Amino acid sequence: MSMHKISVNDREIVCESGETVLEACLREKIDIPYGCRQGACQSCMVRSLQGAPPLAAQDGLKEVLRHQNHFLACLCYPQQDMAISINPPAEFFTEATVIEKSLLNAETLQLTLQCKESMDYYAGQFVNLKRADGLTRSYSIANNRLHANKLSFHIRRLAGGRFSEWAHQELNVGDKLEVSDPQGLCYYLPTSQENNLLLIGTGSGLAPLAGIVSEALHHGHKGAIHLFHGSREMDGLYWIAEMQELAGQYPNFHYTPCISRGDAPDGVARGRANDVAMTLLPSLKGWRLYLCGHPDMVHQTKRQAFLHGAALQDIHADAFHVASATLD
Amino acid sequence: MSETTATLYEQLGGEAAVNAAVDIFYRKVLSDYRINRFFDNTDMDKQAAKQKSFLTMAFGGPNNYSGADMRQAHAHLVKKLGLDDSHFDAVVENLAATLQELNVPQELINQVAAIAESTRNDVLDR
Repeated sequence: MSMHKISVNDREIVCESGETVLEACLREKIDIPYGCRQGACQSCMVRSLQGAPPLAAQDGLKEVLRHQNHFLACLCYPQQDMAISINPPAEFFTEATVIEKSLLNAETLQLTLQCKESMDYYAGQFVNLKRADGLTRSYSIANNRLHANKLSFHIRRLAGGRFSEWAHQELNVGDKLEVSDPQGLCYYLPTSQENNLLLIGTGSGLAPLAGIVSEALHHGHKGAIHLFHGSREMDGLYWIAEMQELAGQYPNFHYTPCISRGDAPDGVARGRANDVAMTLLPSLKGWRLYLCGHPDMVHQTKRQAFLHGAALQDIHADAFHVASATLD
Repeated sequence: MSETTATLYEQLGGEAAVNAAVDIFYRKVLSDYRINRFFDNTDMDKQAAKQKSFLTMAFGGPNNYSGADMRQAHAHLVKKLGLDDSHFDAVVENLAATLQELNVPQELINQVAAIAESTRNDVLDR
């Protein structure tokens, strides 16, 4: 081992032989969060900006984090010069034009944007949409990776929701919006293709999940793929026929719409989507999970899935926190 | 020089042993009706990382254990939710059951339990 240079926060420091990146940063009085110094608490997670970091420094991180070259500074003995980012980078926006607007159900709008630049995203990620006056909201990308310039979103109308009300009522085809770089770790990678996938979403949580299903099928995912989409009542569901058709086309894809109130018609399960899923699939050992939608559902299902045998690092979740008070 | 004896941490199998134990232990704790309410509002990923730190410490591994941190982290549970000796006992019981499930010899389990025991007064803020 020898000394290596590390570029960090517009500075260049030297990491001595036998020293970790964290130790070098602290010695140089660089502001870096840390805790246990032994790879457990993950407080000192940083990102390599020049290629993959040493494998040993990614121990215990989720696959998606490893994929984005995140690593733990306290476990990292550099093997070459490195450039790292401690704070999340500034957000970049690109211009986009509304090319399609249609209703999926009474309260959910499908908005399709044509982006000026092609976007490098993974199915299941989200972006921030920014209106001309700066009002910004996060929405999940509803399509797979094949449409680099064309992104679709499902925008649920929330009572008193400034952005969603505006998008439903005033936003027109031809109007412009700004779109941030894709974000979030709830996404599909075409690895471990024999693993079974369980996707559970409520309301417009179907958007990222539909993108993930489409991406997984496109990659010929070999394990079973189970999608459960829930809402209180039938009018909160959408894409039932589309998902049923997809299930008819791909023998390993299974789709269960669920409603938690009232009588369920044929082909629709009665109960909360997460409860229906856990009853049908009692053992989740080795499964990969994707949970999107209402924060309570996501929180509860994470715990249920873990207790049903899923490893925490295989549970990907995106809780839709809303700015306005009502989500139901 | 006499022969060096393996530390408790080495005898247990080091980090690999911690990794094997952490999910089993956390599942037992979350399934235990006596104590699982203390975990209702926690972020599971962060909590699992804390469990890993705790197990590393209890296994005699490298750690930065600080009684003050432990005290601070549990103080609100003592005050607001009535965390007491019975809950601490339940956690130690789950820890021993985890190690039994992993076929760890009783003699080593006793040593782990003794280290865990040393945190009791910090956890219970007294």
